[in-house]
Amino acid sequence: MHKAVKSQVDWTALREDFPILRERVNGHPLIYFDSAASSQKPASVLDVVRNYYEHENANVHRGLHALSARATEHYEKSRQRVADFIGAKSADEIIFTRGTTESINLVAQTWGPKFLRAGDVILLTEMEHHSNLVPWQLLSERIGAQLRFVPVRDDGTLALEKFSSLLTPEVKLFAFTHVSNSLGTINPVAELCAKAKNIGAATLVDAAQSIGHMPVNVQEIGCDFLAFSGHKMCAPTGIGALYGRFDVLDAMPPYQGGGEMIVSVTLEKSTFKKPPQRFEAGTPSIAGAIGLGAAVDYLEGIGRGEIFKHDVDLTQYALERMKEVPGLRVLGTAKEHAGAISFVMDAAHPHDLTTFADRYGLAMRGGHHCNQPLMRRFGVTGSTRASFYLYNTREEIDRMVEILQKAANFFK
Amino acid sequence: MNTELGELEELYQEVILDHSRRPRNFGELPDASVKVHGDNPSCGDEIHLAIKFDGNGGLEQIKFTGHGCAISQASASLMTMKLKGKKRAEVEEMLHAFHDLVTTENNHAPKNLGDLQVMRGVRKFPQRVKCAMLPWRAVEQALRQSEGESTVSTEEPEFG
Repeated sequence: MHKAVKSQVDWTALREDFPILRERVNGHPLIYFDSAASSQKPASVLDVVRNYYEHENANVHRGLHALSARATEHYEKSRQRVADFIGAKSADEIIFTRGTTESINLVAQTWGPKFLRAGDVILLTEMEHHSNLVPWQLLSERIGAQLRFVPVRDDGTLALEKFSSLLTPEVKLFAFTHVSNSLGTINPVAELCAKAKNIGAATLVDAAQSIGHMPVNVQEIGCDFLAFSGHKMCAPTGIGALYGRFDVLDAMPPYQGGGEMIVSVTLEKSTFKKPPQRFEAGTPSIAGAIGLGAAVDYLEGIGRGEIFKHDVDLTQYALERMKEVPGLRVLGTAKEHAGAISFVMDAAHPHDLTTFADRYGLAMRGGHHCNQPLMRRFGVTGSTRASFYLYNTREEIDRMVEILQKAANFFK
Repeated sequence: MNTELGELEELYQEVILDHSRRPRNFGELPDASVKVHGDNPSCGDEIHLAIKFDGNGGLEQIKFTGHGCAISQASASLMTMKLKGKKRAEVEEMLHAFHDLVTTENNHAPKNLGDLQVMRGVRKFPQRVKCAMLPWRAVEQALRQSEGESTVSTEEPEFG
């Protein structure tokens, strides 16, 4: 049996930081194993958002009054915090977006048409979330580019032996996920970016599942773009970021047009600001950005290295204990495995299983996880996913195993 | 007994689990007048429904294949048993009655539903109504076209 890793952090006491963990669901204490879909929020983040609305609320960058100055200062400080969090060279490399999906669409709609031509290849992998697949399908239809995919092996890792033959000179962009949202596989992101860079391809990393769970540094990764969401890393929904190397961003045309992104406007024509303002038309999610800054502070206070060890400890423990459940099969058994486990059970369909578990207060995800091609690759239409984060415990996993055993018995 | 387990057991009554494990009228219907493929894209469940109409538009034969959760499979199995040999007007009436059964809090379940009343537990699980309705959506489509092959989805028709 996997041994608990000694940690400086008091993981049980830390649960007190998350008010929602006191909720009861269907008469049971909530067990929240759906953080890969959206994480819970600590009180410090909630307080900062409330404080903003109570003491600072005003539009940013355009008011000369005191509140606008406070809001602007706080908003821009958050941008700097996010830049430091991922090792960006400057806050100007951080564009606030609604989340990973918008970050990727921004690149597909601005960088894509400017730098890609008919016949160019966009290389993706078979394990991409729909948000890192559909924007490229839309783009390639528009400009006549081709999509190509790195296959996934049976254990849920990328078939790297095929990588060199796929990475031909026609490949102009390699966009791929750091961590698989359904299988939990951690990809060798720095190695892959280095290989793509060698042939001159641009790289985009979908860091939605890694950003709040492990150290993520864009200099070490060596990517041109990195996309992530706030809500999966303890921040509010509706805020996320796109990192882009400054010279890359500076060469890109605007995304949406509107206020805040312009230098001067006549009835016929406009000129545009430098990044990041060029890509932030309209009033942004100010409270969201400030909440994201507070979430960065919270995670930095614990340390993402510690959080990663905790996730891995829970995952290894869960994988071991889930062997006790009859007819349960885990999809994706990569050695480098983050805190998400996808599985199927002979007796119960994922929707029946998640309905059953919910009645015991256990929140899991059942379905295709926005990963339809990957599910097909594994010969299933869907699976059940248990995903863990810093506030989860081994006791909760024990309880999950108990509930899964009950379900196996109930549906058999 | 806990209330939540009560609701679970009402949803997954023994009859429903039995129909999901051993679906009735499961298989091909070579001389079908209509074939409808019902999809639930949110979970990948599929029901392939085949119906043979009689001279008056009644359901002479009805069979299905497919795969999915216990609720969609049991619903399809129970539905085919109920609808076989029914007149068109009766089928339409049952379609509405069944929809009411799984969506409204009305305690007066329509009497003509008979065995189908075991599905009433679904109303406590709004996210599962689509599963129960999937085979009925397929029947609704079958009545509209009376011959040929088509596809229905629990989601809105797609663009593109």
